[in-house]
Amino acid sequence: MSDLEAFRAETREWLEANCPPEMRQPVRDEQDIYWGGRNATFKNDAQKAWFEACRDKGYTVPEWPKEYGGAGLSPAEGKILRQEMSRMGARPPLSSFGIWMLGPALLHFGTEGQKKRFLNEIAAGEIRWCQGYSEPGSGSDLVSMQTYGEDKGDHWVVNGQKIWTSYADEADWIFCLVRTDKQNKYQGITFMLFDMAGSGVTTKPIKLISGNSPFCETFFDDVSVPKSYGEDCPGYVGEINRGWDVAKYLLGHEREMISGAGGGDRTAAIGAAMKRNAGELDAVLRAELAMFDVDALAYTAMGEKFLDEMKVGKGHPAQPNMMKYAGTELNKRRHELMMAAGGSRALEWESDETSGGKPARNWLRTKANSIEGGTSEVMLNVISKRILDLPGA
Amino acid sequence: MPLYYDDDQAMLAETAQAFMSEEGAIAKQLRHWRDRDCKDGFGHGLWKQFAEMGFTGMLVDEDDGGLGMGHVEAGIVLENIGRNLTPSPFLSSSVLAATALKHGSDDVRGRWLPGLIEGEKVYSVAIDEGAKHRPETIACKAEKSGNGFRLSGKKDFVVYGASSEMIVVAARTSGDDSDSDGITLFAVPQDASGMSHDSVRLVDSSMASHVTFDGVELDGDAVIGEVDGGRDVLNAMLMAGRVGAAAEGVGVASGAMDMTVDYLKQRKQFGKLIGEFQALQHRAAHLYSEVEIARAVTIKAAQLLDGGSEKADLMASVAKAKVAKAAGLAVKEGVQMHGGIGMTDEYDIGLYMKRDRALQEFLGDMYYHAGRVAEMSGY
Repeated sequence: MSDLEAFRAETREWLEANCPPEMRQPVRDEQDIYWGGRNATFKNDAQKAWFEACRDKGYTVPEWPKEYGGAGLSPAEGKILRQEMSRMGARPPLSSFGIWMLGPALLHFGTEGQKKRFLNEIAAGEIRWCQGYSEPGSGSDLVSMQTYGEDKGDHWVVNGQKIWTSYADEADWIFCLVRTDKQNKYQGITFMLFDMAGSGVTTKPIKLISGNSPFCETFFDDVSVPKSYGEDCPGYVGEINRGWDVAKYLLGHEREMISGAGGGDRTAAIGAAMKRNAGELDAVLRAELAMFDVDALAYTAMGEKFLDEMKVGKGHPAQPNMMKYAGTELNKRRHELMMAAGGSRALEWESDETSGGKPARNWLRTKANSIEGGTSEVMLNVISKRILDLPGA
Repeated sequence: MPLYYDDDQAMLAETAQAFMSEEGAIAKQLRHWRDRDCKDGFGHGLWKQFAEMGFTGMLVDEDDGGLGMGHVEAGIVLENIGRNLTPSPFLSSSVLAATALKHGSDDVRGRWLPGLIEGEKVYSVAIDEGAKHRPETIACKAEKSGNGFRLSGKKDFVVYGASSEMIVVAARTSGDDSDSDGITLFAVPQDASGMSHDSVRLVDSSMASHVTFDGVELDGDAVIGEVDGGRDVLNAMLMAGRVGAAAEGVGVASGAMDMTVDYLKQRKQFGKLIGEFQALQHRAAHLYSEVEIARAVTIKAAQLLDGGSEKADLMASVAKAKVAKAAGLAVKEGVQMHGGIGMTDEYDIGLYMKRDRALQEFLGDMYYHAGRVAEMSGY
C-alpha cells in the first residue's frame, strides 16, 4: 500500500469515528454553519463534537503547518481529506474568513509572530474575522477609498466608513484597508488588523433583496489602531503603505474561491434534478437546461484544468479573473433556471416546503455574485488588459 | 491525469504548430486549391507530408505499423489543422476510418492500414442519410448474397468521398431502421461496381459526396467487426470523430479570435485604436473565456476517451456542443469586429466562418449534442 493509500484508509477510519451522523446532512440554514468567535454558540452537541475533534486534529485548516494549528498535510493529502469528507457528506467543521482570506495572506506576508498568534487563533475558531475593503463610492474601484489612518507615532487614528462588510456585526476583529498616504493612490494603503470591540467601531446590517442580511455598514470614529501587538507582531500585514500588494493577493484568492474552482454544486449540471422536482419539462425549458448543462460541465473541466495548472505554476496569472467571471455568470443563470423549473413553489417566501423560501432567496442572492469580489465588468477589463493586451484597457 | 499537455505532448504541439502554419497555411493550401477549383479539395502532396511527419497513423496500433498514440495527440494535430484551416483528410481517414479499422480482422487491417499510414490512400466514412446527423436511424441495407452482401441505399455528407480509396459504410443487416442492433460496418473500395458519387463543393470549399449504392456486391471480407454487431464500432468511431471535430473547432475558434484581437490593436476609428473601446474589449474578453472553457472540456473528453472511461460519450457530446457555441461566437464576432473588410474574400476571417459552419454540422451540431447530454443525464 502506498503512503497515500494508507493515509486515505486512516482518514476514512478517523472520519467514520469522529463525524457524528447529524454532521453528515446537507447544510440547510445559517445555523448549520459554525463560524467560531468569542461569542459563538453551538447549535447542538454534534456540531460541538465535530468542531472540537477537527480542531484537535488540525483539520479546521488541514494544509496549514502544525505549529500554526493545522495538520501539515501535503496538497495530495489535503485533496484526499476533501474527497473523503465529501464522500460521506461531512459539513465543514468551521467556516471563517480567517481561514479563507486572512490566513493565506498571513502565510504569505505575515511575520513569524503574527503567524503564531493569529493563525492559531483562526485554526481554533477563537476569533471571528471580517474583511473591510469596500467603501461607499469605492466598490470595484477599491483604490479610490477614503478611510484614513492618521499617524500618531505608535498608533494610527482611523476614521471613515466601510460597506458590504460581511457579518461585521458578528465579527471580533477586522482586516481592513486604510489609506495612510493621501498623495499616493496605490502605494498609500496599509492593511491593518484590529479588534472591533475597541471604542469607535459601530456596525449596522444592510437588508438585501433576498430578505437576509449577511452584510453591514461599518463606521470608524477615531479608532485607535496600534502599530504593534508585541514582539514581532505588527498591527498591519506586509509593509506600511504597501497594503495594496496584500489586498491584490487576497483578491486573487477570493476570486478563485468565488469562481468555485474546486467544483462543488455551484456549477454542476442541473437538468436531471429539475426533472425530478418539476416532472415533465416544457420543451424550451428542457432545451435551455441542456444548453446550461453543456456550459456547466465544460466549466467544471475548466476548473479542473485551472487547478492542475496552478499546482505546477502554468497558466496565466489573470486566469482567476476569467474563472470568476464565467463561474458567477453561470451561477446566476443556474438559479434563473431553477426558479423557472420550480414554478409557483419556488416563489414561496416562507414555507416549510421551501425551508423558508430558500429557492427564491438563493436566486436573489446570486445576483450579487457578479458584483462582489470585483464586478463582471471589472473582470472583463482585467482580461482585456492583462491577457489580451488590448490598448488603453 | 492533469488537464494540460505532458512533455511529449507539448513537443508534438510545437511540431504540429510549426508544420501546419508553414506547410498547411491558408495561402498555401486552402486558397491555393480553392482558386484552382481542385476537385479533391485538398492537396495529396501535403497528405504525403502528413505521413512523413508521422501524423497519418498516429491512432493506429504499433503492431499494425502505427504510432499507437491517443486522442489527446490527434487533437493536437487537429487543433493546428483548425487554426490554419488546412484542408486534409486527417479527420475522416486518420481518426474516423482508423478507429473503425481498429475493429477489423487481420485481413481487413492488413489490406487498408499500410496505405493510410504511408499517406498513399485517403479514406472516408458514410454515416448520415439526410441533411442532419441522425446515426440512431440507419436505413441503408446490406442483404446477404452468396458469401457476401449486396448493399443498397444512399448516404450524405461523405467528406472527400469521391477522392477516397475506401469508404467505411454503416448499413443495416437486420431489424428496423431505428433499431440499435442489426448494424454492420463495411469497408467499401472505390472501384466497387454500383457505387456512384454526386460530389459537391461545400461552403468551406471542401468536397463532400452524396453516395448511391445500387446493389453493390461486397465480399464477406469487407465486413469490419461483427455482422449485426456494428453499433459498438459505429459508436466508438463517432466518439473519436466528435472529440476530433471539437479539437479542430478549438483551433478554428482560436485562429479567428487571435486574428480579431490583432485587428483590434491595429485598426483606428474616430482617432483611436478600436481595441480601446470598452464595448469591444468586453466582447473580446467574453469570447476569450468561452474559447478557454471549450479548450478545457475538449482535452478532458479526449483524456476520458483515451482512458476508456464510461463518461467519454457524455463528455464528447459536451465538448462538441461547447466548442460549437464558442467557435460560432468567435467567427461571428470576428467578422463583425473586422467590419467591412471582414466581408471581403481577400481577408481570411470569413474563411474561418465558413469552416466553422461545416464543422458544426459534421457529426452533429450543438442542438443535437445538447439533446444527447439531456438524454444521457436522464431528462
